[in-house]
Amino acid sequence: MTVASSLHGVSKEYPGGVVALRDLTIEVGEGEQVAVVGPSGSGKTTLLTVMGTLERPTRGGVHVTGYDVAKASDRELAGLRAHALGFVFQGFHLQESITALDNVALGLLYTGQPLRQRRETARVALERVGLGHRLTHRPPMLSGGERQRVAIARAIAKRPVLILADEPTGNLDSNASAEIVALLQGLAADGATLVLITHDENVARGFERRIQMRDGELVSDKRQ
Amino acid sequence: MSAATVTPRPPRISPARLPVSQLLGTALQGPRARLLRAALSALGIAMGIGAMVAVVGVSASAQASLLAEIDALGTNLLTVTPGQTFVGANEVLPDTSVPMIEHMQQVDSDAAVYQVPGANVYRSPLVPQSETGGIGVDAAGDNLPAVLGTSMASGHFLDAVGDRYPEAVLGAQAAGVLRITRVGGHVLVYLGDTWFLVVGILKPVLLDPSLDSAVFISLPVAERMFQTRPHPSEIYVRANVSAVKKVSTLLAATADPQQANGVQVSRPSDALEARAAAKGQFTTLLLGLGAVALLVGMIGIANIMVISVLERRGEIGLRRALGATKRHIWAQFLTESALLAVLGGIGGLLLGAGATAVYAQAKNEPFVIPLYALIAAPAAGLLIGAIAGLYPAMKAARLSPTEALRAS
Repeated sequence: MTVASSLHGVSKEYPGGVVALRDLTIEVGEGEQVAVVGPSGSGKTTLLTVMGTLERPTRGGVHVTGYDVAKASDRELAGLRAHALGFVFQGFHLQESITALDNVALGLLYTGQPLRQRRETARVALERVGLGHRLTHRPPMLSGGERQRVAIARAIAKRPVLILADEPTGNLDSNASAEIVALLQGLAADGATLVLITHDENVARGFERRIQMRDGELVSDKRQ
Repeated sequence: MSAATVTPRPPRISPARLPVSQLLGTALQGPRARLLRAALSALGIAMGIGAMVAVVGVSASAQASLLAEIDALGTNLLTVTPGQTFVGANEVLPDTSVPMIEHMQQVDSDAAVYQVPGANVYRSPLVPQSETGGIGVDAAGDNLPAVLGTSMASGHFLDAVGDRYPEAVLGAQAAGVLRITRVGGHVLVYLGDTWFLVVGILKPVLLDPSLDSAVFISLPVAERMFQTRPHPSEIYVRANVSAVKKVSTLLAATADPQQANGVQVSRPSDALEARAAAKGQFTTLLLGLGAVALLVGMIGIANIMVISVLERRGEIGLRRALGATKRHIWAQFLTESALLAVLGGIGGLLLGAGATAVYAQAKNEPFVIPLYALIAAPAAGLLIGAIAGLYPAMKAARLSPTEALRAS
C-alpha cells in the first residue's frame, strides 16, 4: 500500500503549555477514506492542520504524499498545498464578492495557471458537484449545502492527492449533511484520499476506517 | 512499515506560483469588494497630490502668461544709460549719441528720454511745493510708446502740437497719483509755473516700470521752458532680432566714444525673464501644505490596510491553505495598497489639473501643467502606497494560517 499521509510520534504544543497532540502515530494509505471522531478540544483540527502542512509538529515526523515535511521549506510546502492538497472547512471560506466559478478558480490560483484555464477547470469541477447551473451566482445567493458544494469543488478542482475536510457538515442540516458526505466520498473515490473530521457519529458511520481521539491522543483506530 | 521504504522517492515539488498578471487581479479583489472604502482612502491621496499639482500648475500657468507677454513685447529691446562719476553723480550721454545710434546698421528704431531736472507736477498751484508725489518730468520724442511696445490707456502721445505748446502725457502710476483717470474735456496739470494740457495717459510699461511714475513733455518745450540740454538720460533701442547680441556690444562705444566704459547697456527682458522664472517657483509653503495632506492620506491608507488585514484573516488563512506562500500574501497586500494610492495619484492629477484650469480661466492665463507632473503624480502615489502598505503587508504575511482560519 502506498502511503498518502503518515504521522510518526507526532506531538504539538502551543505556547503557554497547551498540548494539542501527544505522540500520535497514524498512517493513511492512498485511496483510503478515514473519519476522525472526537469531542471538541480533542485535537482533531490540529491533526488536520499538521497533516495539511499548515503547521509543523513540535516533535515527530510527518510525511505527506511522500514528502518529509520537516525537510521541506515553507515555499515547498506551499507548492505541495497548491498542487496536491484540498481543504474543506466548516465555515466554507468562500469569497462573497466573487462568483461561484471564480471562487473555485481561486483554488487553482497558486498553481500559476492563467485565469482562462483556471475558469475552465473550475467549471468542470462545479459540474462534478452538481452546480453547473450556479456558475455566476455569488455565495450569498446560494444555500448552505450549495455553498459547501462550491467549497468542495474548489478543493477537488486541482485533483488533489489528499482531501482534508474539517467538520464539513457542521453548519448544515442532516439532509444536506448526508448529501455532502456522500459527495465527498464519491469524489474521493476517483483517485484521492479523504480524511474527514467530525464530531457526528452518524457522519462517521459511513466510513470504512474510524479514528477516535481524546485529549490529543489516539483512543482507537478501527477498520470495518 | 515506514513511509520512506514504502513510498517511492517523489519527484520535486512544483513550487507555488503567482504570476504578476494574476497578482494584479488578486490585489484588485479586495478594493472591489469594498468599493466605498477603497474610494475614500484613495481620495485622501488624491487630495494631497491634487493640492501639489494645483500649486505646480498655477505657478506654471502664471509663468507661461508672463513669458507670453514678454514674447509679445519682444526681447530685442536694449537700454543705454550713462554711468556714474567717481563721486557718484550721474554722467550724461553726449547729444551726439542719438544720431550715432540711429546710424547703426542693425538698429530698427530708437527713442530717447531726457531728464528735466527741477521740474515738478501738481494738480494746482495750491498744492504745497513739497508734495511732489515722487513724479519726475521727462522730455521725450513722439516715438517712445512704439519703441517700448506700449500703448495709450487714454488719449494720444506727444505729437507735433506738443513740440510747440505745453502738453503733457502721464505715466500710468503718475496718473494714479494725480488722480487723473482719463483725458478729454480740459484736464490740466501745473508744471513748473505753467498749466500743461494732459493729452494722454500711458498704459504700464512692462519693460521699464520706472517710466510709469513720470510725466512726459516734448524736448523743444523742455529746452525752451526749463533749459533742458539734449543729453539723453536713457536711450531705448530696438535691435534687429538676429543681431541683438552684436548691437548690444557696440552700443556703449557708439553712444559715447570717449567714455564708453561708463555707459551701461542692458536688456530689460532679461530681468523680466528672471521674474518669470521666480514666478514659476511654486510657493514652498503651499507645497508644504500639499505634502501634509499627502502624509495624512498615506496614514489613511496604512490605517485602512491594517484594518483590512484584521478583517480578512479568514481570507489570508484560506489563501495559505490554497498554496500561497508568505511572500504571495505580502505581495498581494502591498500591491493592493500601491494600487489604491496610484488610483489616488491619478485622481489627484485630475483634481489638480481641474483646479489649475479654473484658476487659469479666471485669471485669463494659459492653462499649463508641467509634463513631469503627469508622471510624478502616479509615481508619488505608487511610492506612498508601497510605504503605507509595507507594515500591513508584513503583518498579513506573518499571520499563522491556522490562527487565521480559526478567526472566522
